[in-house]
This record gives sequence, C-alpha cells and structure tokens, in this order.
Amino acid sequence: MNNVFAVAGIVIKEMYRRKDFYVLLILTVLITGVMGSVTFFNDDKIVRYLKELCLLLIWISSLVIAITTIARQMPSERENRTIFPLLAKPISRGELLIGKFLGCWLACGIALVCFYSFFAAITVSREHHFYFLNYFQAATLHWFMLGILIGMALLGSLVFAAPSSNATICFVVATAILLVGRHLNQVALSMRGGQQAFIYGLYYAIPHLEIFDVRDLIIHNWSIIAWPYYGAAVLYALIYGAFFVAGACLLFRRKALN
Amino acid sequence: MNAVLKIENLRVEYRSKEVGQRTKLAVNGLTLSVSRGEVFGFLGPNGAGKTTTMNVLLGFVNATSGTARIFGVDVRETIARQRLGYLPELTYYYKFLTAEELLRFYAKLFRIPKAEREARIDSVLKLVELEAARKRPIKTYSKGMQQRVGLAQALINNPDLLILDEPTSGLDPIGRMKVREIIQRLKGEGRTVFFSSHELGEVETVCDRVAILHQGELKVEGSVDDLIHQHQCNLEQLFLKVIGYRAV
Repeated sequence: MNNVFAVAGIVIKEMYRRKDFYVLLILTVLITGVMGSVTFFNDDKIVRYLKELCLLLIWISSLVIAITTIARQMPSERENRTIFPLLAKPISRGELLIGKFLGCWLACGIALVCFYSFFAAITVSREHHFYFLNYFQAATLHWFMLGILIGMALLGSLVFAAPSSNATICFVVATAILLVGRHLNQVALSMRGGQQAFIYGLYYAIPHLEIFDVRDLIIHNWSIIAWPYYGAAVLYALIYGAFFVAGACLLFRRKALN
Repeated sequence: MNAVLKIENLRVEYRSKEVGQRTKLAVNGLTLSVSRGEVFGFLGPNGAGKTTTMNVLLGFVNATSGTARIFGVDVRETIARQRLGYLPELTYYYKFLTAEELLRFYAKLFRIPKAEREARIDSVLKLVELEAARKRPIKTYSKGMQQRVGLAQALINNPDLLILDEPTSGLDPIGRMKVREIIQRLKGEGRTVFFSSHELGEVETVCDRVAILHQGELKVEGSVDDLIHQHQCNLEQLFLKVIGYRAV
C-alpha cells in the first residue's frame, strides 16, 4: 500500500497545483454566494430553487474535475514519458493504477468538502437550520458515485489514447446514465425479442449512477435514507469501482510501453 | 554466479505497422552477461535494438522468447528493480513538482526509511549540484538541470546496477564530464553500470567491456582493450566495420 499512497499523493498534489479546480471552485462560490444573497418575489421558499441550482452546479463541477483529472493521468504519463522512470522503480503496474484511482478519488473528496461546506454555509444562513445527516448522506453518495466514474474513466484512458476523447465519452456516458438509465427497463417493455433482451441487458449492466443522486434530501430537507439502503448503495459503488479498476489492471498488465 | 545482469537467447518481436508484414524483429537471439563492478557499453546504430533490450530489462516490454535476469531475478518481477537505477534517454519528470518532492516520491517507492530518505535526497542533490534549485518546480529548470534531476533520481536508492540510456545526449561538455565522473565514481565503489551511447570516445574511456548490436543481433562482445588489440583499430573504426559502413 506504500506505493499506492505515494502515487495517490502525487495525483492530489497535481490536482491542487493546476488551475481548473480553483476556477470551478471560484465560479461555484460566486454563483452560490450571489444566489444565496438575493430574494426573488419575496418568496420565503425560494431557497429551495436556489439550492437546486447550486447543487446542480456542484454536480457538474465535480463531474468535470473527476473526469478530466483521471482521463489525462495515464495518457499524460505515456505522452510525457514520465511512466518510464516511474515503472523502473519497484512498483507494479497494478499499484500505479490503484494509486491513480485512489489519488483522484480522494482529491475529488477534498473538492466536494470545499464545495458542500460553502454551499452549507450559504443555505444555513438562509434557513437557520443545518440538517447534518442529510448533507452527509448526499455528499458521501455523491463521492461514491464519482468513484464509479473515476474507475470507468481510468479504464477508458487505457483504451482511448487521447484524454479529450476519453473525457468526452465518459461525459456522454455519465450524462446518459444519469438522465435515461432508470428508464431503460420501461423502454425495454415496449420492445420485443432481441432488442428487448439487449435493452434489458444494458439496464442491468450499466452502473446506475442516478441512485446516488439524492440532492432532494438537501433541497427539500427530507428525512434521511435508511442506513441499510445507504450501505447497500455504498457497496454497489465499491463493487463497480473495483470492477473498473480491476479491468484497467488486466488491460495494462501486459501492455508494451515503448 | 557473479553476473548482475544476464540475458539468454532474447528475442523481441513487435507487431509491424507495415502492410503485408505481421511482425518486426527488434532483437534476435541476444545472449550476454554483465558482471559485478563492470562498466558495460551497449553500442549500436539507431534502430539496432538497444533501447528495446533495455525496455525488456526494465519490464516495459515483454520478450517474445528467452530470459532476462537482474541479480538472478526475472525482470518481470517488481523486486528485480529494487537495487536498480535507470536514467532514460530523454528526461521528463513531473513538472509541477520540485526536485526535492520528486526525489522524495521516488525514495518512497524504494521504501527508503524516512530518517534515511532526507539524507539521501541531500546527498544526491549535492552530487548533481542542484542544492540551490531544490525547491524550484522542475518546469523552471534548463535542459541540463533536468538531465541532472534524472541522474539524481537514478541514484536515489544507491543502486548496485545503473542502467543509463544515452546519458550524455544533449548535454554540454561540462555536463558530459560530470556524468563521466559519476560513472567512474560508481565504478570505483564497485557498482555495475550498463549504458548505451553513441559517444564512442567516451565509451572507450569509461567502459571495461562493450557489445555492439546491429539489426537486433549481437555482432561483437568483449573487453575494450582486447577488441582494440584484436582488430588493430580504435572503437569507432571497429564500430563502423561491424555495421558494414562504407564511406561514399
């Protein structure tokens, strides 16, 4: 694990020495701050809409940070040839990939803490109440969802050489799953034969990222998710994340580097 | 059993990108052995298979057949690289890190204990004369300084075997002299150096033994003195003769 943590540390360092994270954070802070300070139509419940918009912004920012960071990791290692002195050290290829995954996931976790802390500060100043467990569940499930995406983008970065094509594909897939993933079984019902089997297969094979989207817990201050369901969702994310990272390790295990 | 590096009947084939040709032979039946404390020059024209052989030794490329061992351990094993230092031909490192951070990262991969780690970093930075710039990001370094960072990272674990791929390419005369001094110093300490170079005068000066590779096959191998006496010419003339060069 020593090597894994060493690589993860470098990924975190890289992320916080680049400008993209700060640009997104400042943008989110500005929009959240402005929206949190205005009152539209003298409506007391307007804060719900503000929360919805700001959380959407946080979700988009986190997707951009997670996918762009992990998508460029392995291609840039190869393109900049930094992978050669690195793999000439006693580190296995699996440790390198797990380190990249862990570093990016932890870095995204730190980014989420920044985003949600500021968002919570703004909303609490309007609502005068802080539903800690709602925030905890929403933020941690968001983070576990990013874990699945990071694993998927890491695997993609070994298949598609260009980080931009990998990032675009991951964005399209993530957006498609978030928007239509839950409806695929209903689409399958309207089909027959092979088509139906294919859509059902797709429905059961894709990681259902939408189950991690519990922004309503914060927006409407609903009661929290029962902990067994929360635990099941976390386990689901861990299994999918591990599946993608294992796939990446298998793909990279014997790949010639020259 | 004094061999630090042992290659037996190594064959490496690549999938060819040329139409009508399925594979390309990069190394064919290479057998050689490097003993402890030797400075071994690995020579050959561009495309001879030197870098491919080094890539096999470092585990970057898998051999099609044959074996390669470092300290008796198969090169595919991660542990084979524990006592090895490697300087690639083109030095590229994480530009967002400082030299000190880069060396600390690599030292962690070698599991050098924390107390010893900082002393090692100080010592290699002093050796390559980068102490003053240790806290500057690598992206601000000149080419020569980046090459010296490369040398520092190759020495961070105090390696018993150093693999250098054209270590002096792109360096100014002072940089070349410095690299040569370091190789001589390592030789004096009984360490093994395996390096490729196109600077044949330099090879003649520092190497105990050389091997000349051409079109993936080993053409000549032996001690520098023996080869010079045997062929009655200097290393450069021998090299040109072996690769079949004829002046126009």
